[in-house]
Amino acid sequence: MDKKQFVIAVYVENKAGVLTRVTAMFTRRGFNIDALTVGETEHPEYSRITIAMSGDSLAKEQLINQLKKLLVVKKVEVLEEDPIKRELMLIKVLNKSENRSDIMTAVDVFRASVIDYGVEGMCIEVTGSPSKIDAFVKLMQPFGILEMCRTGIVALDRGNKTLFSE
Amino acid sequence: MKLTGAQILIRTLIEQGTTDVFGYPGGQVINIYDALYEYKDQINHVLTAHEQGASHAADGYSRATGKVGVCIATSGPGATNLVTGIATAMLDSVPMVAITGNVPCSLIGKDSFQEIDITGVTLPITKHNYFVNNIADLADTVREAFTVAKSGRPGPVLIDIPKDVQVATYEYEEQPVTEKLPIPKVKDKLIEEAVALVNESKKPYIYVGGGAAGLGLGEEIVAFAKKIGGVIGCSFMGLSAIPQESDRFLGMQGMHGHYASSMAQNEADLIIAVGVRFSDRATGNVSKFAKKSKILQIDVDSAEINKNVKVHLGLVGDVEDAFKRIADKCEAQDNSAWLNRVDQLKKEEKGFEEEIAAAAKAPLTPKRVFDIINELKPEATITATDVGQHQMWAAQYATFDRPRRFVSSGGLGTMGFGLGAAIGAYVATKDPVVLITGDGSFGMNLNELATAVSYKIPVVIVLMNNGVLGMVRQWQTLFFGKRYSNTVLGRKTDFVALAKAFGADGYLAETEVEFKKAFEQAVKANKPTVIDVRIDKDELVLPMLPPGGAIDDIITKIK
Repeated sequence: MDKKQFVIAVYVENKAGVLTRVTAMFTRRGFNIDALTVGETEHPEYSRITIAMSGDSLAKEQLINQLKKLLVVKKVEVLEEDPIKRELMLIKVLNKSENRSDIMTAVDVFRASVIDYGVEGMCIEVTGSPSKIDAFVKLMQPFGILEMCRTGIVALDRGNKTLFSE
Repeated sequence: MKLTGAQILIRTLIEQGTTDVFGYPGGQVINIYDALYEYKDQINHVLTAHEQGASHAADGYSRATGKVGVCIATSGPGATNLVTGIATAMLDSVPMVAITGNVPCSLIGKDSFQEIDITGVTLPITKHNYFVNNIADLADTVREAFTVAKSGRPGPVLIDIPKDVQVATYEYEEQPVTEKLPIPKVKDKLIEEAVALVNESKKPYIYVGGGAAGLGLGEEIVAFAKKIGGVIGCSFMGLSAIPQESDRFLGMQGMHGHYASSMAQNEADLIIAVGVRFSDRATGNVSKFAKKSKILQIDVDSAEINKNVKVHLGLVGDVEDAFKRIADKCEAQDNSAWLNRVDQLKKEEKGFEEEIAAAAKAPLTPKRVFDIINELKPEATITATDVGQHQMWAAQYATFDRPRRFVSSGGLGTMGFGLGAAIGAYVATKDPVVLITGDGSFGMNLNELATAVSYKIPVVIVLMNNGVLGMVRQWQTLFFGKRYSNTVLGRKTDFVALAKAFGADGYLAETEVEFKKAFEQAVKANKPTVIDVRIDKDELVLPMLPPGGAIDDIITKIK
């Protein structure tokens, strides 16, 4: 089976308990989600959930159809093959003098920024596609990662296409 | 006009066409019960023995009529007692509105007495649920709940109403009954593709499920089968949809389906699936299911297409409309070779049945019990069942003279469902009701005998008593080397005396003559009756496709 990652955008009612309904459905139906983010949209009454999931086309079809059955879901759309995907990461690494210039070079090349600097450790903010973030994490590993957290992806289709355009 | 929340709830139920509700009072629904007292001329409340019974009654009420069944329970344990009934309705797509009280908003989240997060508990087993924390939303929430319950693929909806919302007052204005949401029609192009598939088919098998059972399409499906040279089978949930006298109807297929029906489905070159979801009990091992066949699936729920089996063509939308358009546009074909083959399968089936009948040791066999019931039951009788061997025998042998006459828990397989459901079905229709049950299932919720007696509900309870948990024991016989772990009941219950203690009639039947006499008397007496029918514990439900097995693994005789 062709297992591919795809990104689904879901408009849901911006109300308490809505995220629970969506994630509970994933658990119940046995869907394995790679990443999920939720946030406000251009419409104050809706939130947008961005879901990254790996699976074959049947799994994708089933996920979409099950999402559509939830009353709180107003719109479900699979984003096009190569949408704009961004993720934000905060990563705290050891600040050792022998590594400092290597770290700063990486920060520079990745267009990341140091947002907290201490004698023992520093915190770096990186934004970009998930693969860029992965690469940055790999780069930092030898220097000693103290802690990190990633937002999961947000994504939009390219061009003037929106979730509501036909 | 200003009313309390409790009054608004009851007025909205009445406004939405509710004439009967099933429930049980409690601390956090006293106000609702006070309003029920006030409006008792317009809405009938049936007090059950247990909230679970109320939930099954609301379910049976709905299955027998297609109307939305309504049940009410208090917070905490009252609410959790509804859970099995709600899940039963969910798995069989039964429209239901369950109403629960809860502690006042100020006490929510504090582990207050009899507080439970019932919307959380029922999240995966309702189509949708609501927690109403503002009286301004109450009437519209109830209206929306009815719309959701009955629209598209029906299902249960729960409304949780905290006490302070029941007590508060707000403006109420009566509104008309909410309509079902319109179901989109299938596009012409897809109908044409479907027609082409049917026209190509030399061995069509029409497979009818619960999504078609309530539509009253029986005659039309038979006419369609005749037109295209096809045969008809059904899933468990499709029972009572098709007029049984038709020679095109092969009965239920699947794990305990009729041999000819399962075999024909396996040999067909096209399965025309109408409102059926290919449950594992119907398909066995999906990777070996109907390998020679294309599948054309018509369903109201898009998530059913390609969920359990991969189909050739899935049509999503109005099932009745799509079916009629396909039936209308198809070419007439005779497919006599296919029909001859099916006739041969039917002959083989008859042979197996005769073998089984000849092997019987006890004076009364399950098959004969049903022969007698079928012969003696009045017109329009509803057959309700519990879950187990007796249920499968009912599915194989019971006859139905119109749709919505089979009330049984298919998807969830809820033992203890039958008596409550039978009561609900009777309240809804006032038609004769026979409950087929077993000593295991009956033991779970027999407390509802009290309800049947109190409300003079003349349910005839045919208790197929074999002293064992027959279905699990059958698996132990076939697949666990006869290690009968905890399936031999060995109870000393005197069901005749028990029936009498509740105020019902009771008879013991050990022979055909005794059973016939008892059943006749029960029908005539027109009051709740338990007939303790003794059958052999070694009777098996046959044929059987072993769980996860394929059609080649079918068991047709006792070794």
